[in-house]
Amino acid sequence: MKAICWQGKDNVSVENVPDPQIINDRDAVIKITRTAICGSDLHLYDGYIPTMEKGDIIGHEFMGEVVEVGKNVNNLKIGDRVVVPFTIACGNCFFCKQRLWSLCDNSNPNAAIAEKAYGFSGSGLFGYSHMLGGYAGGQAQYARVPYADVGPHKVPEHLSDEQVLFLTDIFPTAYMAAENCNIQRGDTVAIWGCGPVGQLAIKSAYMLGAERVIAIDSVEDRLQMAEQQGKAETLDFREVNVVEALKELTGGQGPDACIDAVGLEAHGTTLDAVYDRVKAATFMATDRPHVLREAIQACRKGGTLSIPGVYGGMLDKVPFGAAFGKGLTFKMGQTHVHNYIGPLLDKIEGGDIDPSFIITHRITLDEAPQTYEMFKHRVDHCIKAVIDPWA
Amino acid sequence: MTEREHGWRAFGPDSGVGSTNISDNERFVSVVGGGAALLLGLARRGVPGAALALGGAYLIYRGTSGHSPIYGALNVQSTHEGGVKVRKTMTINRPVEDVYNFWHNFENLPRFMQHLQEVRVMDNGRSHWVATAPTGTVEWDAEITTDRPNEIIGWRSLPDSQITNVGGVHFRPAPANRGTEVEVSLVYEPPAGAAGALIAKLFGEEPTVQVTEDLRRFKSLMEAGEIPTIEGQTHGERSMIGKALSGVM
Repeated sequence: MKAICWQGKDNVSVENVPDPQIINDRDAVIKITRTAICGSDLHLYDGYIPTMEKGDIIGHEFMGEVVEVGKNVNNLKIGDRVVVPFTIACGNCFFCKQRLWSLCDNSNPNAAIAEKAYGFSGSGLFGYSHMLGGYAGGQAQYARVPYADVGPHKVPEHLSDEQVLFLTDIFPTAYMAAENCNIQRGDTVAIWGCGPVGQLAIKSAYMLGAERVIAIDSVEDRLQMAEQQGKAETLDFREVNVVEALKELTGGQGPDACIDAVGLEAHGTTLDAVYDRVKAATFMATDRPHVLREAIQACRKGGTLSIPGVYGGMLDKVPFGAAFGKGLTFKMGQTHVHNYIGPLLDKIEGGDIDPSFIITHRITLDEAPQTYEMFKHRVDHCIKAVIDPWA
Repeated sequence: MTEREHGWRAFGPDSGVGSTNISDNERFVSVVGGGAALLLGLARRGVPGAALALGGAYLIYRGTSGHSPIYGALNVQSTHEGGVKVRKTMTINRPVEDVYNFWHNFENLPRFMQHLQEVRVMDNGRSHWVATAPTGTVEWDAEITTDRPNEIIGWRSLPDSQITNVGGVHFRPAPANRGTEVEVSLVYEPPAGAAGALIAKLFGEEPTVQVTEDLRRFKSLMEAGEIPTIEGQTHGERSMIGKALSGVM
């Protein structure tokens, strides 16, 4: 089959690789009909995520048709059309039973590596480094799905692939980020990053009852989409002091909740952002927490910081005193995708939302390498690229 | 004080000399294991035998006194003469009866202990073990020394084994039906003494790591019914460095 393989920093390629096989009895093999490039794939592309190996198949947002099932998978049959959560969960451990699927104890065969770095390991993920399982990803024509009796969710025929594809990651991620804000009547939610997760977080925050949503970015198309599709107020961080502007917009109070939908590779024009770039470039720090700092500073007293943006390692100069002094609540982590697929599928079926509005590019596998480059530099109005692996 | 608090304190900063820094469970295992090691050591001649006897005596001291002067933050202690001790605990989300019963059938052990090829249970309560080692295969016979259903299983190798070893596994219910805490203690003398352990360490088979990984596989097998793996999955062409790395990982 054809698959996108990670070759090194700034280098992915289309390769012919062997088709995936059933390895364990709870596995299934999916013929992929649609897959997408995620903003977090750019962290791999940019070389920010350790324990990647040349030849790793990447991609973790994919859906398709069941073509083979292991002997302990009784709920799926050949031909079923399913979306697959990007977090791999066994469904049996303490964490899965608590519905904390992305913290599954059993799905990471390389848990020892993650334990060294984090003390404990989270769940395995598709196509996202060996520390997080080393599982082959879904930017390919087929994928092996472990614990297929727990993860894949059947989708109705009358919804198109594009309408349901984002149930695999970014829609649940955005929705969980908004849910983590514990939104109350009258609340203002500020969202840093108007990429796909940011766009869907705007929608989700309104669905959960936010009074106002203020979205922050610097890319014109993204701000426009946030305004037009999301009905958010917007701030361009190149033009305003974000903390001051947010204070002014909220009657001097500050936003009730702040969502960092950017993560470890924040861009910024302020002094601290330049400092981060220098430190990361010289390997003196790993992550660039400019957005996190700004959100801590901007959030109202007693407010909530919700962090769907990915962080991987050590953060420098995070104003923890400010967070403490204002009694902030932090909510974060990989998405417990399994909790959200059903409820959000209902919302799509009910016509409350059609997440496909974020798609700007429809490409083939062969076009993926150049699209990564384009996505990285935010050119050609690229917000979300969806791949048809058979085109 | 509860078992859990004891266990935690064992690694606390205040575990000074003279105070108790080992949980009651472990003290039990220590006395059992220590006694077995001492007997085995005395039954054998030569330096390894003396080492084992010394190690055993030490374990008894530690078990009865409740203090281990060399325990510290390390889970593995190589006694000066070459005996290796490993201790590891993991919580398994299954009732204690299930976990005990699975382990009690020693023939199940090779399903999750990577280096065990085979355990054959004989009808006199003894068992024959075959394992892979850096030097090839090693085999030994073992007998059960302690067996209290849903609580503890202890075993030791019989005299003249290629690897002299004593082991115990303790089962206790986690609070509020949160499964079973499984604590494994092993004392063994590697084939080539301390040098064997050093070689094993170099090849990433440091005993604590191995016991941890074996316990992790046991947990996955008990909870999820299978052991997660990416072995044999598809991928693109690897670089030489990638291949070397994947060998280590």
